[in-house]
Amino acid sequence: MAKIIGGLTTSHIPAVGNAIAREQQNDPYWKPFFDGYPPIHAWLDKHKPDVAINIYNDHGLALFLDQMPTFAIGAAHEYINEDEGWGIPVLPPFKGDAPLSWHIIESMVDDEFDITSCQEMPVDHGFTVPMQLFWPGLGKHPNFPRAIPISANTVQHPIPTLKRALDFGKALGRAIRSYPDDIKVVILGTGGMSHQLDGERAGFINKEFDLMCMEKIVTDPESLTKISRRELVRQAGAQGTEFLMWMMMRGALGDKVNPIHQNYHIPISNTGAGTMMLECID
Amino acid sequence: MNLDEFDHHTPIEGTTFFDGKMAMIGYPLNKMCFSFNKAAAREAYLADPEGYMESFGLNEAHKAACRNKNVLEMIAAGGNIYYLAKFAGIFKLNMQDIGAQQTGVTVEEFKEKLCRHGD
Repeated sequence: MAKIIGGLTTSHIPAVGNAIAREQQNDPYWKPFFDGYPPIHAWLDKHKPDVAINIYNDHGLALFLDQMPTFAIGAAHEYINEDEGWGIPVLPPFKGDAPLSWHIIESMVDDEFDITSCQEMPVDHGFTVPMQLFWPGLGKHPNFPRAIPISANTVQHPIPTLKRALDFGKALGRAIRSYPDDIKVVILGTGGMSHQLDGERAGFINKEFDLMCMEKIVTDPESLTKISRRELVRQAGAQGTEFLMWMMMRGALGDKVNPIHQNYHIPISNTGAGTMMLECID
Repeated sequence: MNLDEFDHHTPIEGTTFFDGKMAMIGYPLNKMCFSFNKAAAREAYLADPEGYMESFGLNEAHKAACRNKNVLEMIAAGGNIYYLAKFAGIFKLNMQDIGAQQTGVTVEEFKEKLCRHGD
């Protein structure tokens, strides 16, 4: 049977994609951020997951307001990256795992989650930057996994509640664990942490709130479900709502997790950047 | 039921909730900005901004905000920041440039403010 071995979180700021393209990992501005990843590389090299479920939010590449799904699951054999309009380099395609996608879709709808299946789904920086951070070199990396994108709506209110996000993750976890193949799966929760790009409050970052979230997502994710969406915008900024993706990831991991590594750095671009490695406890 | 759930339209200072109300007034503007994922669309806008805006049915408030390249005006006219970022990309403006414009400071001052959050 398929096994979930752990969860990874990272911010997915587009500027990181540019920094990787320009090989600026050791520049003084970038080093404290990129230094958060080698312990995760070591863990991934040891455990070699076959599939990465990449939970992110599309920022207007695959999905537009004409038809905006709350939860969209990729069901393709391959996912292409495309021009997003403002200049990060386009990357080669990512290999999917369509049979596992359809198993997850069947299982989750059976579990009463009304999701949208996507047989074509261009993936943007929200998906690609975490893949680059965790598996440098992408397709040239010896252990590069197959990937399944899952996008949640944080573009337009009403967005999902934090409780729904955590419950989604729990259902996702049940779906993966019921897959008959003996594969190892890692769950990525990307985006966040606190930031706001729009309005007179642009540049808002809330370190105290971010650090509280990083603590509670390990020890007591249920307590975070008491935060209303409006309060999340107030405390984490308008785009800090991407923390929903971390909640979805956490739900899939089970009750108890072992926090192996974490890093937090301000600022990367306009954002409080958080990275975590949570190992599942059998 | 948590009472907070009922007041999700209560203002947060300096923050516009992009909800149905904004989505209704901003749709043509956002649709045009979404088109800027494609290089050909970006070139078409630069070649003839007025004609390109007209082809998406922008109203006068949308058009004025675009002519002024003013992000706060675009938000007030129903623009969504994720699509507006693609408009900004045409003019090589990044998120610090946009942040500085919206908060009325220089880009250097805006970057300094971001760094101070880490203290």
